[in-house]
Amino acid sequence: MPVTKTLRNGAWRVVELITTPVVPTDYLDVIAPLRNPHVLRARVEAVHRETDNAVTLELRPGRGWLPHQPGQYVRLGVDVDGIRLWRAYSVSSAAGHPAGWISVTVNAVRDGVVSSYLRDNARKGMVVHLDLPAGDFVVPRERPAKSLFITAGSGITPVMGMLRSLIHELSDAVVVHSARTPEDVVFGADLRALAEQGKIRLVERHTATDGRLKPADLDELVPDLFERETWACGPGEMLDAMTEHWAEAGVAERLHVERFRPTVLVAGEGGTVTFEKSGTTIESPGGVTILDAGEASGQLMPSGCRMGICYKCVLPMREGIVRDVRDGQVTTAVEGDNVLVQTCISAAAGPCHFDF
Amino acid sequence: MTTLQRQEVNPIGHLTAEDIESIGRELDAMRDEVLAVRGERDAAYIRKVIKVQRSLEMSSRAVLLFSIFPPAWIVGTAGLSVAKILENMEVGHNILHGQYDFMRDPKIHSTKWEWDHVTPAAQWKHSHNELHHKYTNVIGKDNDLGYGIMRVDENQKWHPFFLAQPLWNFINALFFEYGIAAYDLELGRNLKSKKKRSNPEFVANVKAVGRKIRRQVLKDYIIHPALSGPSFLHTIAANFTANIVRNVWSHSVIMCGHFPNGVSTFERSSIKGETRGEWYLRQMLGSANISGSKLMHIMTGNLSHQIEHHLFPDLPASRYAEVAVKVRALFEKYDLPYVTGPLPVQVASAWAKVIRLSFPNRKPARAVDPARPPRPQVAAEPVSVSV
Repeated sequence: MPVTKTLRNGAWRVVELITTPVVPTDYLDVIAPLRNPHVLRARVEAVHRETDNAVTLELRPGRGWLPHQPGQYVRLGVDVDGIRLWRAYSVSSAAGHPAGWISVTVNAVRDGVVSSYLRDNARKGMVVHLDLPAGDFVVPRERPAKSLFITAGSGITPVMGMLRSLIHELSDAVVVHSARTPEDVVFGADLRALAEQGKIRLVERHTATDGRLKPADLDELVPDLFERETWACGPGEMLDAMTEHWAEAGVAERLHVERFRPTVLVAGEGGTVTFEKSGTTIESPGGVTILDAGEASGQLMPSGCRMGICYKCVLPMREGIVRDVRDGQVTTAVEGDNVLVQTCISAAAGPCHFDF
Repeated sequence: MTTLQRQEVNPIGHLTAEDIESIGRELDAMRDEVLAVRGERDAAYIRKVIKVQRSLEMSSRAVLLFSIFPPAWIVGTAGLSVAKILENMEVGHNILHGQYDFMRDPKIHSTKWEWDHVTPAAQWKHSHNELHHKYTNVIGKDNDLGYGIMRVDENQKWHPFFLAQPLWNFINALFFEYGIAAYDLELGRNLKSKKKRSNPEFVANVKAVGRKIRRQVLKDYIIHPALSGPSFLHTIAANFTANIVRNVWSHSVIMCGHFPNGVSTFERSSIKGETRGEWYLRQMLGSANISGSKLMHIMTGNLSHQIEHHLFPDLPASRYAEVAVKVRALFEKYDLPYVTGPLPVQVASAWAKVIRLSFPNRKPARAVDPARPPRPQVAAEPVSVSV
């Protein structure tokens, strides 16, 4: 109805004028942070300890959430020591929860700021930010007759989401999972129960005693390996070896992999700076600010006081690492962070990508 | 030493170049100390202030729906005045300085924030952060000195126009947000020639201010009064009063920052080739604090710690009180005048200067010659601007 729509828009404009200069939802945030349609958030409803190092968070997403497909991940924005950091976690719960809840399982990695924080501090009632589910590590609508899941460590999380959602539709599923010890198997009890019920064939590999899984081992463990539609998730080297193995057999299209990209950024001196929108790439030495280096290369850069006061020169860093030339503070951004960096007092400390 | 001041006694005559650089290093170290602990506490603090401010504003405006009843008018107006002051000072000013950018929260970020003020945040950030904070108290560069309509220094040429400057200052105090908007637009300079008037950037800025004013006026003088029905006129009066209270308050606080006796101004030529130590020193001598309770600090947006704010404009304001202890010790160590006093005293001092300089002065003070040996200073005597 165009009339009601016009009326509604008009009414909304009045509400906006009531709250200007902020938007009405900023006031809503004070009382109901999950109701904001423009900023997606979730409340932690329960925290379960999976292993010494892993916790599962049950999340109730707020307004604006769209259901995920099994195997997809969500990016969580968590305030760690006052700073919002974003990390991607696979959804490990079954799809189709009646109230739209999802679970993510966080395995604390060494030096993992966010994962360690969640392991130690996640509590019921905590509010986190999140993005809509994403990723194409999913089982196609036409379910395969024979399937295989190869996982290692926390690589089990997206697969657990698939198994929990689709196990009744996967008649012949094999799971080969590697973990250091039997106690380290995230979802160990669930996997073993599924195996006992005969719903999956489970191959547990304990790398502390059996060593790392090699592609050649698979030929033995799963004789009809290449007849199966396969999903693999785990460390990079494992996935590289698998990809090569499947390619050699000429069935690369049967293998679907999900990589958890480790965010290892080590501060060095200088680096390659890419201004993505303008398509410029420059070498920026450690002693020169990104503003100076950009200007020296002919890039039109926003600038102001040139001494770190006015914030007019800030550019969003999509990914990268910079050092504050005044005090040596290092700032890192991982894919999707879009950290706003003051270019007039920041020097590259590694490769940097600016959304500019 | 490139810093020059128009004062009879050179407050830095006793410092060597090495002293000035070590002041810079000590201040850098203080900054690092705060950066090392900046985090959750600061994030929680600003979120709490925002929450309190919004709750106060919402409830005050709700009370004003019944402003036809005198008690509701008084309570609502008082609450709204406080909410507007908090919004401009402790929240808006500090967020627009990038003090909370470290949180990476797009809702609390200097590039996204807009405030309850007729000047758009972007224009204010330019004139305030980029010009005033960089060129603090440099005559001819820092337009905050007299806002271009007042005589602020004995050496500035007197003109009969300045006789009325106490009146200009009073009107500016009442309608301070419009004064700031005009100042951010540099109206005085930009209206002078046809070429400047038609500069597309200026035209765009004027339009942006027009839009902002329209929204602000619609909100305070049409929408909210209309919502209050029979209280229409009373709510207009209440909102007008709250805006005036906020304007006078922020004008007073800001006057106290750079106007009171004892604050130095600087020659344009003095900042050529300025080192970081010298820049710090200019901020130290060019700013003045207001002493008072914790509530006073919050209501001034911690601009009561103007000296600390000018030294570290991007550190969270709630840290200034703890930094001030060390900064003050540094002033004592180097025998520099730390100008501070209670609000009424500082406001009176600033007003006295405005009135004094509205009249011509016979003998302008000489600029201090840094090459000249410093005069012996009388202990505990505040360094003052000569009359």
